[in-house]
Amino acid sequence: MRRRFARAGLWLWVWGVLFFLFAPIATIVLFGFDKSNVETWPIQHWTFSWYSVAWHDPQVRSAFALSLKAAVAATIVALVLGSMAAFGVHRARFFGRDSISLLLILPLALPGIITGVALNSAFQWAGITLSIWTIIVGHTTFCIVVIYNNVIARLRRTSNTLLEASADLGATGAQTLRFVTLPTIATALVSGALLAFALSFDEVIVTTFTAGAQNTLPIWIFGAIRLGQQLPEVNVVVTMVVILMFVPILVAARLTGSENFAPRVAAPQPPK
Amino acid sequence: MKHRVVNSIGKRVAVALSALSVVVLGIATMPAGAGASSGLTAPTAGMKPATSVGKGEGSLNLIAWEGYAQPQWVTPFTKATGCVVHAKYAGSSGEMVSLMANGGGGQYDLVSASGDADLRLIYGGSVKPVNMKLVPASNQFRPFLKAPSFNTISGVHYGVSLQFGPNVLLYSTKTFPKAPTSWSVLYSKKYKGKITVPNNPIQIADAALYLMKAQPSLGITDPYELTQTQFKATVALLKAQKPLIAKYWNLASDEINLFQSKTVVAGAAWPYQTNTLQANKVAVADTIPSEGATGWADSWLLATKAPHPNCAYKWMQWVSTPTVQAEQAISFGETPANSRACAIMNKMSAGSCAGYHADQPDSYFKSIKFWKTPLSTCDNGKNNCVPYSEWTNAWTQITG
Amino acid sequence: MLSPPLLWFLVIYLSSLVLMLITSLWSINGFTSQIDHHLTGQNFSQIVSGAYPSIIGRTVLLAVLVTLTDAVVAFPFAYVMARVATQSTQRILLGAVLLPLWASYLAKVYAWISILEKGGALNWTFSRLGLPDPNLGFTNGAMWIAFSYIWLPYMIVPIYGALERIPSSLLDASADLGASAWNTFRRVILPLALPGLAAGSIFTFSLTLGDYVTPLLIGGSNSTLIGNAIYENLLTGGNLPLAAALSAVPIGVMVIYLGLAKRLGAFEAL
Repeated sequence: MRRRFARAGLWLWVWGVLFFLFAPIATIVLFGFDKSNVETWPIQHWTFSWYSVAWHDPQVRSAFALSLKAAVAATIVALVLGSMAAFGVHRARFFGRDSISLLLILPLALPGIITGVALNSAFQWAGITLSIWTIIVGHTTFCIVVIYNNVIARLRRTSNTLLEASADLGATGAQTLRFVTLPTIATALVSGALLAFALSFDEVIVTTFTAGAQNTLPIWIFGAIRLGQQLPEVNVVVTMVVILMFVPILVAARLTGSENFAPRVAAPQPPK
Repeated sequence: MKHRVVNSIGKRVAVALSALSVVVLGIATMPAGAGASSGLTAPTAGMKPATSVGKGEGSLNLIAWEGYAQPQWVTPFTKATGCVVHAKYAGSSGEMVSLMANGGGGQYDLVSASGDADLRLIYGGSVKPVNMKLVPASNQFRPFLKAPSFNTISGVHYGVSLQFGPNVLLYSTKTFPKAPTSWSVLYSKKYKGKITVPNNPIQIADAALYLMKAQPSLGITDPYELTQTQFKATVALLKAQKPLIAKYWNLASDEINLFQSKTVVAGAAWPYQTNTLQANKVAVADTIPSEGATGWADSWLLATKAPHPNCAYKWMQWVSTPTVQAEQAISFGETPANSRACAIMNKMSAGSCAGYHADQPDSYFKSIKFWKTPLSTCDNGKNNCVPYSEWTNAWTQITG
Repeated sequence: MLSPPLLWFLVIYLSSLVLMLITSLWSINGFTSQIDHHLTGQNFSQIVSGAYPSIIGRTVLLAVLVTLTDAVVAFPFAYVMARVATQSTQRILLGAVLLPLWASYLAKVYAWISILEKGGALNWTFSRLGLPDPNLGFTNGAMWIAFSYIWLPYMIVPIYGALERIPSSLLDASADLGASAWNTFRRVILPLALPGLAAGSIFTFSLTLGDYVTPLLIGGSNSTLIGNAIYENLLTGGNLPLAAALSAVPIGVMVIYLGLAKRLGAFEAL
């Protein structure tokens, strides 16, 4: 009986969290149909016209394309560097390991404005022209920790004996990586990559100082909400992005959630 | 593994450290501060401006206030000149100065800076001289905007004047059936929790302007040139105002929200907010109280390392013409620099010329205390004024 | 293994950051606003006086509150995802957590404004229900809600990752050995979920610590955070040394935070 109550309570909680997660999203979608650019609740006059405005806005299209490119590139570089860092820290036992974790976390913990201005003056000093590449560099810097955190949390839950067993059974380093290590951390990589991608796709502050004359989508949005004339258009653009991302996210969720994707190598394993 | 890692890190640290000392110098000379003090000369003053405008480079990169590069006048510009406009919108004057560091970094061509950033840009070497002969429409500018002190130093122009406007007192007509005649409403306990002012250190000048009349014994003559005593009195007034504030607004849309939701009844604003709120049938109006008002005067300044100088000149020519000046004035709710814009404004929207003060005599301009960077030199060589960095620090103390 | 990422950090990030932090020991000349290269502690004595201690305290308190809120909200949700739901429901729930990440941060904060402000959806709903107006718009409470909302997925995903990896046999064993559900939770599930919780808390805590846009948009008149103070001194006032000194605060706070987390065993060997 108590169990059933506990279950019901848990599901009630889940529905509550889902409501919390989607109430603002619903608000964004609804205000995309608001004729007025001053938001009042409830909406007085409805219109579809912002959809055509947003669809035909060349600034929105180029900003979206730039954000997508930068986020994909930053995620890939961060995947490589972040998992390398996690493996390095996990394996090595040397003085100063704690400070490496701190180091990697810094770009998240420090106000983006500090990272942005520091990078900006470093690029200026080195004579590097701001471009999509400097955006990618900036974003990678704070995406590494996302991958690192996910991978190292996974590694800590995986026993080293697996790798040793693989080596003992005659596997080369590459084989161990391919058949043991990667499957173990695969889901951590996918979920880390998703978070890193989202963080990069949505970043405003560092981007302001590393982006040069190009606008990413969040920078366009920040500009558009300042005066508020284009608020409904912003809501429409956000709605369209969410719809567009629906399928890729479900695919990624399938990958992360699926039991088959990462065979549970760890048979019953006592906690350390 | 362990030792190799440590060693390779060690080596790299050494390499990085040796590079360090060089970089420190680079950063230290970054135009971090105002950099403007009397006796300094603009580093770019000697640069020869262009003598003719050649074929456009096909591209133009702007740093602008949001609303200053609207499709209404950008699209025809691109059609006429082939220059495709990329606008990056800055959130504050400080952001503009930062983005323009190192002559615009070879990225940006023009910046639509306000008076409080102009001198920092000029003395920081970020902008360079402009040949006004290549911008013929500037002859039609109001006399005081042909070579104003914020964009022209010793006869050298660093940009073209654009638009100006006052910081007005915005109020709810439900609370105030009659327009308030003094800024004192913003300091009155009667409206506790229902007041908003901009989140900007330059707001200290608004309080100083009010004290000029309210406390003549302080002897404030210029709200941007305050001695320690005057500054302290002004800061004390603002600290006393804090409990009355609902929110220090940051974006124009913030303030629109605050008035629309009736969270506040009075606040310092731009005419833009008034227009937008009135267009949405919110019961508000604005006024310039008897103490006068602070205001902004914007110019397009030319980046030292502008990669598209021809397109930049074409843009300066374009935005100075009466029609574009009128379009921007109405779109943003400002007063145009070009005196011939008035008639066109009225054609576009009846009564807008008077509505945005474009028909006012020069004395109107002189009645507005325009934003400028507060300097320790007081502009009069007395060297006893409070510089801008202290204004910022004090503002953090007030609002924090 | 470690060299490439560390090299990236040293060359690109740390070198530029260290240079900036060095300036915290300099000062700016009151008269010229130029940087004065004499070593001084005045910036640090400045940030322990005036309004700065309360700004720092407010920021840390908010970051702690947001982290606790997210942990409490996320844990049961992640638990259902990982251990209760069927596989297809699990996927749907994960998708539902990730989807809001693609609705722009700025748009989400704006949505909260229109929900919480006077005349907003929340007040409207409350008045329909005959309840008093909550009037949460433009307060520190609004900041707390908005931050907890925005970083919530960053907490759910790592906890889910940790819980999902717990072998069912462990829980069965615990039950077989006579542990109550509560004991199994406390002695088996929670310790095993701790690394995930720690990873998530790093995001929620540090992202809140460094933010300055949310207070700008949804905060009230008492909502200045460290990030805002840094922004003002750095960009508006051009006081790079003071801004650099202020940015040493989040670094120090993170050191303490990581130290505490380590002591609590959240990082095992970190």
